[in-house]
Amino acid sequence: MSAGMLDRRLVVAALLHDPGDLLVVTGLGAATYDAAAAGDRPLNFYLWGAMGGAAMVGLGLALAQPSRRVLVLTGDGEMLMGLGALATIAVQAPDNLAIAVLDNGRFGETGSQHSHTAHGADLAAIALGCGWRSVCTVSAAAELDPLRARLRREALLAVLRIAPDDPPRVLPPRDGALLHHRFRAALSRSSTPP
Amino acid sequence: MTQHWPDDVFEALRRAEIRQVGYVPDAGHARLIERAHADAEMRAVVLTTEEEGIALAAGAWLGGTRAVLLMQSSGVGNCINMLSLPLNCRMPLLALVTMRGEWGEFNPWQVPMGSATPAVLERMGVQVRRVERAEEAAETVAAAAALAFDSTVPVAVLLSQRLIGAKLWVR
Repeated sequence: MSAGMLDRRLVVAALLHDPGDLLVVTGLGAATYDAAAAGDRPLNFYLWGAMGGAAMVGLGLALAQPSRRVLVLTGDGEMLMGLGALATIAVQAPDNLAIAVLDNGRFGETGSQHSHTAHGADLAAIALGCGWRSVCTVSAAAELDPLRARLRREALLAVLRIAPDDPPRVLPPRDGALLHHRFRAALSRSSTPP
Repeated sequence: MTQHWPDDVFEALRRAEIRQVGYVPDAGHARLIERAHADAEMRAVVLTTEEEGIALAAGAWLGGTRAVLLMQSSGVGNCINMLSLPLNCRMPLLALVTMRGEWGEFNPWQVPMGSATPAVLERMGVQVRRVERAEEAAETVAAAAALAFDSTVPVAVLLSQRLIGAKLWVR
């Protein structure tokens, strides 16, 4: 499969535009930097490790907070390491969880080696095969605004075909305890009725 | 003879306000899994591999609720790197691990991971407790839950193979 053309920073800025109280979990590596570049906020929970775990953190969060929207933002390599999570999530089918996979067909952190998606593995088709009802693949910038709306409304897995670029790193805090405590504090503030 | 300790353990989990039960099935956990599915206040989540349950529990905690992970000792190795999540983030984890490979085990493939389980978990920084007798199961789980959620540390309770009963092997 040829590489995508979308600019990853443009994609993530569009998907996280006007986040409100959206709960965001990012997979390690570039997805975490992209979310930080779009604007650090306490309701972003960044993984700096625990590869393969982003989608499942999203599931636990979505089940715990059924009235809130959860978006997992991760890369193809991180999603491939936790493929079973797609089956596990499909069984639970929470309607408040969406996943956006930034797919450049590369392991970007480690020397840009080709990942399985560069050789034809199709994460949207895999999700469909696991029982997800709603999946899509997006390759054009014009599709980003409608996609943002869908990701905040549907139980959708979206694969975004991004270019294999390596933009400058934007590093959010990496102290896990800090990230955990500020997330819970912000969640409890935003859950308080006005 | 019907064993009562799994129901006692389930009550301990209920009292600890566990709301998500991630599990990789094991015969030793069968009753707990059945009870979790039947309980309207709990969400039973079947996993494809044990480390999913570590991440699930982290997400549950981020969302303000409590989870438990039910698994067999053979799955402990799958969890090791994922333990960096609760350890780094100073989050609780409660895992109930049924032991294989130690008491009358018929399957040699269970012995390596079963034998290494306590040392591997301790080496990673997980608090390890062990249950040998039925009458101490519920109180050990209750104490482990308090330790995990009040002191926010990862805790594993090892349910010995002698307690759950060696699996019968039909030749």
